[in-house]
Amino acid sequence: MNREWAAILRSKWFPASVGITAALAIAGLLVGFVVLPLADRNEQFHSVWDAICSAAGLIQNAAREPVVQANYPTTRVELTPRMLRGASAESIGRGATLALRCTMCHGARGLSEANTPNLAGQYAVVIYKQLMDFKTGARVSAVMAPLVGDLSDQDMRDLAAYYAYLPRVPASRPAGEPPQIVASGAPLRSIAPCGACHGELASKPGAAWLEGQPFDYLRTQLQDFASGARRNDIGEQMRNVARGMTVAEIDAASRFYAGLRGPTGSQADASSKQH
Amino acid sequence: MILAHFWLAFAGFGAALPLGAWQMYIRSPLHGWISDPEWYYRSVTAHGTTMAYVFPTLVAMGFGYFVAEAALQRPLIGLRWAWLGFALVVIGTVTAIIPVALGLASVLYTFYPPMIGNPFYYIGVVLVVVGSWIWVALMGINMQRWKRDNPGTPVPFPMFATVAGAYLWGWTAVGAALELLFQIIPAALGLSRTIDAGLARVFFSWTLHAIVYFWLMPTYIAYYTILPRAIGGRLYSDAMGRLSFILFLVVAMPIGVHHLFADPEVGSGFKFLHSVFTALVALPTLLTVFTICASVEIAGRLRGGKGVLGWLAALPWRNPVMLGAALSFVMLGFGGAGGLINMSYQLDSTIHNTQWVTGHFHLIFGGAIVIMYFVIAYDLWPHLTGRSLDSLGLMRAQLWTWFVGMIVLTFPWHYVGILGMPRRMAFYDYSDPVIAAQAASVTMSVIGAAILVVSGALFFLVLARGHAAPRTAPPAYRFSVAVRPPRALPAALNGFGLWLGLMIALTLVNYGFPIAHLLATPGTAVPTVNVGALR
Ligand code: HEC
Ligand code: HEC
Ligand code: HEM
Ligand SMILES: [Cu+2]
Repeated sequence: MNREWAAILRSKWFPASVGITAALAIAGLLVGFVVLPLADRNEQFHSVWDAICSAAGLIQNAAREPVVQANYPTTRVELTPRMLRGASAESIGRGATLALRCTMCHGARGLSEANTPNLAGQYAVVIYKQLMDFKTGARVSAVMAPLVGDLSDQDMRDLAAYYAYLPRVPASRPAGEPPQIVASGAPLRSIAPCGACHGELASKPGAAWLEGQPFDYLRTQLQDFASGARRNDIGEQMRNVARGMTVAEIDAASRFYAGLRGPTGSQADASSKQH
Repeated sequence: MILAHFWLAFAGFGAALPLGAWQMYIRSPLHGWISDPEWYYRSVTAHGTTMAYVFPTLVAMGFGYFVAEAALQRPLIGLRWAWLGFALVVIGTVTAIIPVALGLASVLYTFYPPMIGNPFYYIGVVLVVVGSWIWVALMGINMQRWKRDNPGTPVPFPMFATVAGAYLWGWTAVGAALELLFQIIPAALGLSRTIDAGLARVFFSWTLHAIVYFWLMPTYIAYYTILPRAIGGRLYSDAMGRLSFILFLVVAMPIGVHHLFADPEVGSGFKFLHSVFTALVALPTLLTVFTICASVEIAGRLRGGKGVLGWLAALPWRNPVMLGAALSFVMLGFGGAGGLINMSYQLDSTIHNTQWVTGHFHLIFGGAIVIMYFVIAYDLWPHLTGRSLDSLGLMRAQLWTWFVGMIVLTFPWHYVGILGMPRRMAFYDYSDPVIAAQAASVTMSVIGAAILVVSGALFFLVLARGHAAPRTAPPAYRFSVAVRPPRALPAALNGFGLWLGLMIALTLVNYGFPIAHLLATPGTAVPTVNVGALR
């Protein structure tokens, strides 16, 4: 072995191979780290060292661009996966008392008779976030806004705990396959299946439990997300979905989650006759 | 033992082949949308893992052991260890495939962190790699011992090339091993809830490029050492062959960042550096093409071919080895042309992550490479089983159908990629006018897939018939002989010390800084996304 190494070191192979490899590497480094970055007109480097650092992937002197502010009120709530888990009985009890003011529209136990959304069994983060958004004006509702003005942060947490604790509407799944937009989304339009966020396949913090909500409410929300009338969703998650949906798909998804059967408009008429 | 490696390899191949055809069918307009894409990803994970890791690794191992015995003309040293390596590969494969089949690890064979699947999947892959490392060590040891016992005699070229492939694999697998052991497996076991996906991709790229050359090695070795002999010719140049394999060893490894052109976590300077060495890989490929063509020409002329092209006509086209190698060359040519596009930073951006890429590697890997695996099997089988393979017509039919099927499969596949069809998607709504035009091409690919499945079945038929044939005593196995067999070689061409040194040094230069930088930068980890887990 050592004799072999000695032979290699003595032969011309050693200087030749090492030399060629090193020359190539050095040439590559020079071009890649100095010549090309300096030739790039879009970049303004203060020095050669800057150019080298940039080519090496170091973030340096990155221009501090001002954060773009939306010209409308956005949500102030930051969601985390474990937020509002494990409410105390005391909190639920206080929530129940506070909820007395809500019963006339949202129903005695969070199940609405009218077209107001059901709150029973809704995720606590959703209730909390929506109440906060009504209060800050991020979500606009002439009805809800005056009702939340005097609620403290703790009040909202208690209400959230209470409604999350109530049992949900018994599921009434329409027979047959769910509409394609619900089951598969629309990959070509970058729409994930609704269930990927709304609780069938997976649930993303802040995305509401939709099943059993009134048809009109669901459809209005989707239309509002699409038109931009509702824009309290963080990162435009829901607006990006709704904007890509067709009118028929909005209709079909709303019907599905409202527990209505059949794909066409005749049933929608039936539902509006209910009230 | 060698036969066990080959049979397991082909069994995996036989199982994964129909999965590929099924995937193509699901993606085509012949089938509506599957409502649960999970099944698609489960299948792609099983297909990719088997075809990319298990199948070629076992072929390389089996072929390597065969070469060590046949070329060095003595029994393998470390037979027990070889069995241990084999056992690890078997256990690893089973360990990995069970969670995949259960849908607990549909993360695709590139692992795709921050997606995290069942830990057993990754542990299984690691076991396969460890099993193959035993083979790497055995190849090195067998060559060293032989050199010690035969001082001054050049190592037979087949063994030299095999060891080059083994060392290439030994070192390139380190990248993925680091990724698995230090990043993914801790996350899969729940010890960590975050993962630095960018760093993981850099580690994987370390493996990803050279693994392609590892797949290629048995094919190239067969070009050099089987083809000239099988057609009655001679290898044009022994030294040229050695040089090609050495070049592969040195420059094929530290260039993987060309798989990360679109990744922001690696600096543009390193992308350029890796591109420079990527361009150099063309060198050993061109050397090989030249040497092999020259060797084949020698055979043609020895068989009485005259004139500029007359030697072509004189070649034994009915010989399966000749036929397979020629078809392999044609596919390599087409694939190489496509590879030039992937290689260029600018053009790559137009086909990045499209079906072009899958079309491309099926043509090169599934086509040019795998067809030579068939040829190797046909050539070795009589020596492994002691029974002759006589179904020459069937073999030719098998090779032709594989070639035609692969062309019909991959040409339209490339085309839809250019049209922008993304890879790794289960859903295509062909009623959408945007992609309606791609429907016909994908249907064509399904036809290609069907031809390939038939061809795969023919392959097994040929081997099965071989096992049923009466016993014979085949003559001693011979590899090709060079026109001028080397009497003495410079030490540099007879061992790997120098070249391994260069390979490792280049890796440090090309990967050292990006890895150290990512390790040192805080805040680069992202939360893991567990697949198949209940939330
Ligand atoms: C006068 C009727 C009325 C009363 C009283 C009322 N709400 Fe509402 N609430 C509504 C309507 C209508 C909406 C739907 C708003 C929209 O369409 O944007 C709503 C929406 C909500 C939502 C959003 C639901 C969702 O899924 O996004 C929450 C949470 C909510 N109300 C909580 C309360 C609480 C808590 C109270 C008691 C403090 C209350 N509401 C009292 C009518 C009322
Ligand atoms: C990327 C995740 C995501 C997907 C996919 C998604 N949504 Fe949403 N959706 C959200 C989030 C987050 C919210 C809550 C927005 C907010 O903060 O007010 C929301 C809100 C909604 C609301 C309003 C609920 C309420 O009571 O306020 C409706 C209705 C809705 N989504 C319907 C759908 C339908 C139908 C689909 C499928 C076509 C869908 N979503 C797909 C994330 C998603
Ligand atoms: C009948 C022949 C085959 C067909 C129809 C086929 C089809 C497919 C399809 C449709 C995919 C998924 C592409 C995507 O969704 O992006 C795929 C992936 C793959 N195939 Fe094949 N295949 C075949 C044979 C082979 C062979 C012979 C090999 C190699 C030996 C191979 C190796 C791979 C690999 C490595 C992947 C990558 C998986 C991934 O993207 O994670 N295939 N194949
Ligand atoms: Cu590569």
